[in-house]
Amino acid sequence: MPALWQGILKKIDDYRWQIPKSYKEGMTVPGLIFASESMLDHIWQDQVFQQVANVAFLPGIVGHSLAMPDIHWGYGFPIGGVAATRVKDGVISPGGVGFDINCGVRLLRANLTEEEVRAKIEQLIAELYVNIPSGLGSEGKIRVSEKELNEVLIKGSWWAVEKGFGEAEDIVVTEESGCLKGANPDKVSSKAKKRGVPQLGTLGSGNHFLEVEVVDEIYDQDAARAMGISDVGQVLILIHTGSRGFGHEVCSDYVRLLGEAVKKYGINLPDRQLACAPVNSPEGQDYLQAMACAANYAWTNRQCITHWTRESLVKVFGKSREELGLEQIYDVCHNIAKIEEYPIDGKKQKLCVHRKGATRAFPAGHPDVPDVYQDIGQPVLIPGDMGRCSYVALGTEMAMKESFGSTCHGAGRVQSRAAAKRSLRGSDVVKALAAKGITVKAESMGSLAEEASEAYKDVTEVVEVTHKAGLSRKVARAIPIGVIKG
Amino acid sequence: MEKEFEIIDHTADVGIRAYGASMNQAFANAAKALFSLITELDDVDEVLHRDIELVAPDQESLLVEWLNELIYIFDAENIIFKRFDITQLNSTRLKARGYGEKVDSSKHKLKIGVKAATYHMLKVDKPSGYQVQVLFDI
Repeated sequence: MPALWQGILKKIDDYRWQIPKSYKEGMTVPGLIFASESMLDHIWQDQVFQQVANVAFLPGIVGHSLAMPDIHWGYGFPIGGVAATRVKDGVISPGGVGFDINCGVRLLRANLTEEEVRAKIEQLIAELYVNIPSGLGSEGKIRVSEKELNEVLIKGSWWAVEKGFGEAEDIVVTEESGCLKGANPDKVSSKAKKRGVPQLGTLGSGNHFLEVEVVDEIYDQDAARAMGISDVGQVLILIHTGSRGFGHEVCSDYVRLLGEAVKKYGINLPDRQLACAPVNSPEGQDYLQAMACAANYAWTNRQCITHWTRESLVKVFGKSREELGLEQIYDVCHNIAKIEEYPIDGKKQKLCVHRKGATRAFPAGHPDVPDVYQDIGQPVLIPGDMGRCSYVALGTEMAMKESFGSTCHGAGRVQSRAAAKRSLRGSDVVKALAAKGITVKAESMGSLAEEASEAYKDVTEVVEVTHKAGLSRKVARAIPIGVIKG
Repeated sequence: MEKEFEIIDHTADVGIRAYGASMNQAFANAAKALFSLITELDDVDEVLHRDIELVAPDQESLLVEWLNELIYIFDAENIIFKRFDITQLNSTRLKARGYGEKVDSSKHKLKIGVKAATYHMLKVDKPSGYQVQVLFDI
């Protein structure tokens, strides 16, 4: 029997599949899915094609409505989607960023070997769990007034460093230097601020985590060395969290406000969750200013967690910070909209690039890549599920040409949370992870089952596609040995 | 007893479908479904109440607003509600009272965090009895 997507998708090559404009009336550009053929059956079942097609309705969208290989069914926009719209006459959509604005990943390296860490892994995970507030309803250790929160929203990582959480060196290797410009706290509702105050400096729940991992394969020695990854066996720490309830409220507020703008500007949309407004309209600008606040909140959050992570390691290993290293390799956001320039029809144009579950992937020589990575390109951090592995990759010229400087962001779910919970028990997940040498601590057993490996695509397949399609290139792989989850 | 609500599977997130003999009841059951995702409602006592009043451009938006307001109260004040009286509901206005208590970690086991109610798959209709459907971002 021919696959269900046959006759709909046009094969460009082994990793590129086009959804023609004729697929759905109202699409203004075609869709383009980066995937291997074996991934397509699942993508089809998941109604992702519809969502990729719906995004192609957005006024001012250029190129293609893009889907990364970790694509899965979202709400409105698919997760793993990239859409670039013209600033001059296109729209911005909060749904194209997502509720967890600047959800992202930060990677630290430690001067520790696998042996040293395994010997103390239980103690380390317990210490991290105590030191880093995590889980649903957890409150941060930082007490800010609403007035001080405004400082956080404007300054991002800089606020944290000024308060003694981390160092200026961290900021240098953070996307946007940890501070998205144009943030205006006046454009954020008091409800968002009320949700934000108690949650600053918390890991959160769901798929957020902190992982202690060990490099087990290096694909590009020189690039790895440039990132301070010297050899297989080196220990890394990966932090995955975002803007917590603050970002969720900003998104909810603006989906509502831009729902009104859709009527005002007479925009035709197939799904209300795609609510949008012209980038240059007052509504669009307000959202961008509020979104920047949430992005800065998230960077502050990861910056504070970085600091407590370092404190925990110093305590457990009884070594100084200098001996342990614990320098930051990089920090990326994977839910964001950015104003960037790309050549369109031979002319440089300002575009609003929506990355919803997609990572920026700028090549060597790009002015936004930190000096230390100018020769190799921007590090791309791709976490997998807690039982498999995660990757460090680099941005490429191909990404600039084809995907508005974007690549995949992770594994992508294949199983619903309920299905995962029906088929797995949290306690069995702990046992299965223990058998693989992974220590895990989580607030809820239910959330562990939901986040089990079986619920996710294999991140290796995802990363293979982006590597072979040329959107990013692999540098190293790391396997988890300890995880804390909310 | 008639079924109050059911949970709908979705790859990344979770949806709910709630029923009622009236739209008021369907809205109340949708709220109950939301809190059933967060914790076991049997463990929640009616210790306090909150009055909620909302306006929205249409009834679908009102449903999203209603659930988002409850998510906000849970997040900002740590209150879990288990029962709702919807005293007024038309296509643009809702007045309600929610009964519940503050989260007590020794008593309530929290299950999943709900980020927001979305407009995706949103339905408010009356095929046989009243029915509403919402997808939450988890």
